[in-house]
Amino acid sequence: MSKLQILGTGCPKCKAMAENVETAAKELGIEYELEKVTDINEIMKFGVMMTPALAVDGEVKIVGKVPSPEEIKKMLS
Amino acid sequence: MSWKKEWKILVVMVGVFLGCYFLPVESEQFDGPIGESLRLLKWYAREHVVLCLVPAFFIAGAIAVFVSKAAVMKYLGADANKIIAYGVASVSGTILAVCSCTVLPLFAGIYRMGAGLGPAVAFLYSGPAINVLAIILTARILGMELGLARAIGAIVFSIVIGLMMHFIYRGEELEKANSQAAIPEEDIKRSLGQNAIYFLSMVGILVFANWGQPGESSGLWFVIFSFKWAVTSIFAVVFAVMLVAWFGLKWWKVLSAALPVVLLSIIFPGRPMIAFVAAIIGLSTITGSDSGETGEWFSSSFGFAKQILPLLFSGVVIAGALLGRPGHEGLIPNDWIVRSVGGNSIGANLFASAAGAFMYFATLTEVPILQGLLGAGMGKGPALALLLAGPALSLPNMLVIRSVLGTRKTMVFVSLVIVMATISGLLFGMM
Repeated sequence: MSKLQILGTGCPKCKAMAENVETAAKELGIEYELEKVTDINEIMKFGVMMTPALAVDGEVKIVGKVPSPEEIKKMLS
Repeated sequence: MSWKKEWKILVVMVGVFLGCYFLPVESEQFDGPIGESLRLLKWYAREHVVLCLVPAFFIAGAIAVFVSKAAVMKYLGADANKIIAYGVASVSGTILAVCSCTVLPLFAGIYRMGAGLGPAVAFLYSGPAINVLAIILTARILGMELGLARAIGAIVFSIVIGLMMHFIYRGEELEKANSQAAIPEEDIKRSLGQNAIYFLSMVGILVFANWGQPGESSGLWFVIFSFKWAVTSIFAVVFAVMLVAWFGLKWWKVLSAALPVVLLSIIFPGRPMIAFVAAIIGLSTITGSDSGETGEWFSSSFGFAKQILPLLFSGVVIAGALLGRPGHEGLIPNDWIVRSVGGNSIGANLFASAAGAFMYFATLTEVPILQGLLGAGMGKGPALALLLAGPALSLPNMLVIRSVLGTRKTMVFVSLVIVMATISGLLFGMM
């Protein structure tokens, strides 16, 4: 079970990121838990200044841009 | 029929009916503002979308995709030179803050993980005012003078406010977040010079396509005006060559997009708008169908358009109804505006900056609202005060800033912003 966290204050790009992550995770068929981290101080704890960002099991994988579902699949597997 | 389910529908029906029945269409107070609102909307659609907003979206998209943010963040990091950090923080909003929702995380990051309170505050203050879209739209709609004053005012006062915050809290040692800032790694595909020429050609197209007709029919401005489409075309050719040479677009694609543009400008020499639209369609087709970085560029530009156009046009409709076009009255009587923000008194400037600081302006809507206010008799000093205090602060983002800085620092920051915006408004109003 992987824990996927989307870091972002709720801008349109963060929503696009959440959608792509769900698509990717479903296509891979993995078990996952999706969490949206919107509190700015929590986001800082990840060391992320440019949103949106994606963390997999607490490790930041991508910062400051919305990856395509294909790119996310590579990060998850 | 179950009343439990249907009563809501009935209430809505009756409500709509009563609304229509008493629709005040014949009254002067209603027809005037609605007409104003629609006329303003039409004016925006005709004058600003094709030549100004669309190219601006492409530039904003290009900044988001092609400009290395990591290179800029280096100067705002924890071990950056403090003096340089202030300078970079005050101008980097142009590159980093293309979308207003990115300003706050960057601000918090610079404060906690980077150069500290002063530069963070400088960035927060200038960012929303000097992003490309804001500069272009302010200069285009509110005039060059106010556009320049806004950009320069934001940069200068952001440094002043940053230094003051730093000075007030100089004794305070901040408990830095342990985490190291994660900055995206980017591989460099083009040199700085190449990127500069690329942006220069796009800005050139934007500036010359929008070159306004000067009052007199002689002099330098008039000469430039009469050659504006020739100059624009030269920039466009350079731009097209770069797309092939540096961005890896197929030459036959670029050529087939350029051909209709050339033909249309020969067939309709008096209506350059037609060729310009063809150029936009061509560029969108070849970049939008690409799967590499130019494809990313298009989707980022389109993203800005999707995000900003609805907000901007609702802003135009509302500003038109409330304030009317310049020289016409909307729902709010002009003398209210003249009384509260007319002239250049301290009171008018203070009122404008305080109102701006607390009010929430969706991205860029400050421009049509200001246009309405100016037309209804607002002084240019208070207008600048509102432009400086407005987009940098709002009640919702004060709450976020408070969660990062704490209550006292936030209050000091807000008061500094209001005072500084008032002073710059006063100075500008006297010029």
